[in-house]
This record gives sequence, C-alpha cells and structure tokens, in this order.
Amino acid sequence: MKRAVFSNPWLPILILSPQLAIIAVFFYWPAGFAIQSSFFLQDPFGFGSTFVGVSNYTDLFASSEYLRVAWFTIIYTVLVTFFSLAIALLLAVKADNVLRGAKTYRTLLMWVYAIAPPVAGLMGVMLFDQSTGPITELFGAFGWDFRLGVNYWDTATAMIIVAVWKQVPVNFIFFLSGLQSIPRSVREAALIDNRSASGRFWDVIFPLLAPTAFFLLIINITYALFDTFGVIDTLVKGEPGNNPMTLVYKVFIDGFRGNDLGGSSAQSVVLMVLVLILTIVQFRMMERRIHYT
Amino acid sequence: MSKVTLDRVRKVYPNGVEAVRPSSFEIPHGELVVMVGPSGCGKSTLLRMVAGLEDITDGTLSIGDRVVNDVDPADRNIAMVFQNYALYPHMTVAKNMGYGLKNRGLPKAEIDAKVREAARMLNLSEYLDRRPSQLSGGQRQRVAMGRAIVRSPELFLFDEPLSNLDAKLRNQMRIEIRSLQRRLGVTAMYVTHDQVEAMTMADRIIVLNAGQIEQIGKPSEIYNRPASTFVASFMGAPPMNLLPASYNGNGHVALGDDLALPIQADADHAGEVQLGIRPEEVHLSDKGKTPFQLDLIEELGASRLLHGKLAGHEFTVNAPNDDAPLEGTLMLDLPQHALHLFHGETGRRL
Repeated sequence: MKRAVFSNPWLPILILSPQLAIIAVFFYWPAGFAIQSSFFLQDPFGFGSTFVGVSNYTDLFASSEYLRVAWFTIIYTVLVTFFSLAIALLLAVKADNVLRGAKTYRTLLMWVYAIAPPVAGLMGVMLFDQSTGPITELFGAFGWDFRLGVNYWDTATAMIIVAVWKQVPVNFIFFLSGLQSIPRSVREAALIDNRSASGRFWDVIFPLLAPTAFFLLIINITYALFDTFGVIDTLVKGEPGNNPMTLVYKVFIDGFRGNDLGGSSAQSVVLMVLVLILTIVQFRMMERRIHYT
Repeated sequence: MSKVTLDRVRKVYPNGVEAVRPSSFEIPHGELVVMVGPSGCGKSTLLRMVAGLEDITDGTLSIGDRVVNDVDPADRNIAMVFQNYALYPHMTVAKNMGYGLKNRGLPKAEIDAKVREAARMLNLSEYLDRRPSQLSGGQRQRVAMGRAIVRSPELFLFDEPLSNLDAKLRNQMRIEIRSLQRRLGVTAMYVTHDQVEAMTMADRIIVLNAGQIEQIGKPSEIYNRPASTFVASFMGAPPMNLLPASYNGNGHVALGDDLALPIQADADHAGEVQLGIRPEEVHLSDKGKTPFQLDLIEELGASRLLHGKLAGHEFTVNAPNDDAPLEGTLMLDLPQHALHLFHGETGRRL
C-alpha cells in the first residue's frame, strides 16, 4: 500500500476531526461518564451523589439476580447464535443448489433483513399473543399451553425465536455469497474424490466457508448480546418482573426504571470490558487464522 | 483392460442447445487421445460427460466393459486434472493428493506411501506440508497431476491443464505429462484448444467443431490428409491456404481464368471446390509455373512467412530463411502431393 505523506501535520487531524468528534461525543464522553458514575451512589432525584468506591461492583457480583441474568444472557446468546447460524447455513446450502428461480428464493429470504428489531419484536408479540396469536394456537394444538409474558421460559422461547428469525437473513446473505465464491472446479474435484455428499460438505465446502462463518460468529454474538434490545423491549414491555432479560436490558431497567444510575453504570462498564475482549479476539483471529489465499 | 467406448453419446442442455451431437469412438487401452477444437465446440462437455460431471442425454459410455452412464464420478475410477488445478486450498499438498484415497478407506500407511511415491516422481517431496497458496503455478499443476496419479485410475482426464502456465513451462509440462502417461500406461483423454499441444502429445486426435466430430486420426493423418476444410484450417500453423477453384473431374483444377493445375485425384465430384495448399509445402523456384504477388514478409527466425496473392486470393508461403531480398512477383512450385481438394459446399475432402 502506498503511504500518504502530508506536508502539514495538522491536515490529517483536520480531515479526521468530524469522525473523531462523533466518537468523542457518543462514545468516549458517555463511556468516561459511566466509569466515573459507577463509583458513586446517585441520588434518584438528582440531588448530588456520594462516592462509594467499588461497592457498586461488589454489590453487582454478589447479587443473585445479576448472576441469574448473566446466566440467562449466556444461554440466550449461545442459542440465538447457534440457531441463526445453523438455519442460515442450511438455507444457503439449499438455495445454492437451486437452479431455477434462485433469485426469487434469495430475495424472499433476504426481505426480513429490512425489518427493524422493535418491529420484529412487535410482530412477535402479535404472533405469540396469549389469546389471538397464531403461533400460540399452534403450540396449543400440540398441547403446549404457551404463555408469553407470564411463563419465564415461554417468554424466553419467543425472544429466541424472534431474535433468530431477525438474524437469519443477514447470515444467509453472507453464507450464500461465501458458497458462491467457492470455485466450481474445486467442488467438481471433490465430486470425483468423494462419493458422499455430506463428506464433501464437511471436508471441503465447510472449511472453505470457515472465514465467513467465523466473521458471522462474532457478528452474531454481538447481535445477540446487544442488538436484540429492541426485540426484548417489545416482548417484555411493562412487565420486566419475572421475565427473562439480557444484561443490556438490565442496564436500562436498573438505570431508568430503578433510578440506580451508579449500579447501572457499573453494569455498563462490565459490558464495555466484554465488548473490548470480543473485539480483541476478533482482530487477533481474523489476522492470524482462517484465510487461505 | 481399460478402453473407453462412446456409443452415440449426445448432450442437449435444458435450454435446447445441442452441445454434443451423437458421437461414437473407442479409445484403446493406454492411448492418449486429444480432443481439440475452438471454444464452444463441445470438447469440454464431452470430457465432463466422461467424468460424470455432466449428464449424458443419449447414448452409452463405457469405461472398460462397464457402462458408466449412471455411475457416480467417484465410482468411475477416473482422475481429472482441471484447468485451474482445483486444489483444495485448505489442505496441504499431501492431504490434497491423499483425499480421494482416504475416502476409499485405504489405510493411512498405504496412502502415505502412495503420496510419497507420486511426490518423488513429480519432484514435490519437499513441498508435501505446504498449502497450495505457497506454491508456484507449475508446482500446483504438479500437485494436480499427483492427485490424479495416486488414485491409480483406469482413465486420466485432462481439461486444458496447461493453459494457465506461461509458454516455457507449458512446453516442459507437456513433455512431462506425455512421458508420465506413457510410463504409467494409463488411458487418457486430453482437451485443449492449442493445436501444437494436440499434435505433439496425441496418439490420436479428435477434431471437434460445433458439437460434431470432424475427424479422428493420428496427428500425421490429421496433418497430411485433413478430412475437411475446418480441420485443414484449424490444424497447422500458419493454417492451410484455401482457395476457391473449380475441378473438371478430369485431373485439372482451375484457379481463376488462366491458371490450371494438374492434380492426382480420383474424385467423382466436378464443379466448385476448395483447393487447400499448406504454406510449408510450396517452394519458391525460378522453374515454378505459378505466379505469386508478394505483399508482406513476416520473419519467424527459422523461416519466414510470405503473405501475398495467388490468382487474386490471399495466400501464404512458408519459405526457408535466407537473406535474399524478395519483392514483386515470384514464381512458385506447387507439387501435386501438396494439393488438397475439398467439396465446395460441404467442405469435405474429395
């Protein structure tokens, strides 16, 4: 790559400044504020604050509720990531085999991508509605008395289904383009070398998809952890009491519903550290492993 | 033994295009047959049908004594070398070569031994642990060859294997592939659009045009007795001169109004013909009887090409390279054995 040289050292900074300003205002400043306020106990009505050291953090990790939400978040993230990747991969492999009308299939499968998470959540609310939801009725026909917003695991199931449904198209697009970039002759060479279709998939196709799959894994973990806020918010709206929620949603509930700004700040700092770790892992892995050419 | 037999094999694509018209031929055991033709002539389709990568619309294909129309590519006991090598980018050279054997359930020690043997033959021993991306084009080509060899197939299929290599490497690999195939004694089908490759490598050549076999024959037959104007102009560089002429059915072919050439031919066709003359079979001679109007000289080093007009038609002469300056009208000697007659409409040899 050619290295650009600026005669005036201030010019690059000037050019970068709009981007830097946005990052500063929307990330560094609130992040710094969160770190600061995580060491204080805030008065709920805004009349000052008291320095409490790390007790917001120690309270957090001593709280059985926080640990329960953390556990749920892990289970939720694993399930959402696994199912959105697996279903998308299956659909992509099938769509890749389709010769006629392939474009129509692809377009239909990608449509969902254009829906905003809260809208997806709202559709979930309707589909899983206790009295009128068609999916609730379907479950009822199999003898499952499905109760959204009342039964903890029923609500969790709905959250996972909606979150997966929303994420499958993104993964599908990536997997499909990944599949289509595998040279035809390599597949044909495999056809001559191995008579078993599943053997060919796992030995040749899947390893060649691995760079795509790894990228999507990180994207999906991030999605399940953070971006499903809208889905969860619409599905448990108003009654967070006994309902499942993720760590991100708990930051919002404790901070803006419970008015515990200090505790909520401590939680968001924990999440920031998590994101940092994920990002480092991603960069390290992307650089080092899984690319062939 | 592993001969290959095609009986009226035909390919029609779903969109109705007939890529290969019914074609029949037999390749005896151990022969290397080159299928040559311009792009779109159906040669690759024919090869891919033999490999099992394309369905056969009609006809029967046998490898050995077994009809394999509906046999999986993996069960046909063939090996194929692709134009862009088609190596598995995530596997080492050794894994690439051993993958087919592993799927046949061979014990690991045996696979190892076979891979090592093939690698030794192809000078790849020190690269067995490398990935394809760490190899040069020629080395990748060798790995693809090695992958084909270790399978000990009944039939090798080559789909333009040398067209991604530079000219020097191509010449070298051409010789290597040919001697390897001889040594292993395995029947082979080789597709190329390069007539030099076809002439130098083949035991027999199949010339294809527009989905149809134009001629099957030894390289010398193809060169000396082309069956049609297509073969005549496709095989040989520079191509054979083809001049419209008329034949009186009685030993004389007339070129224009005032030029008649005696010809030894017992063709029963009289009238419009195409007269074919190879540029290298014509000689400049003061005693020649045929005038040739020289326009342009191309120096090839070993010889030179004289472009000009003969009886008003484009004509090329391949003349030995002396430094004598040439210009104007030259006299040509056209020996009788150099004259080929083709039917004026069908283009078939008379």
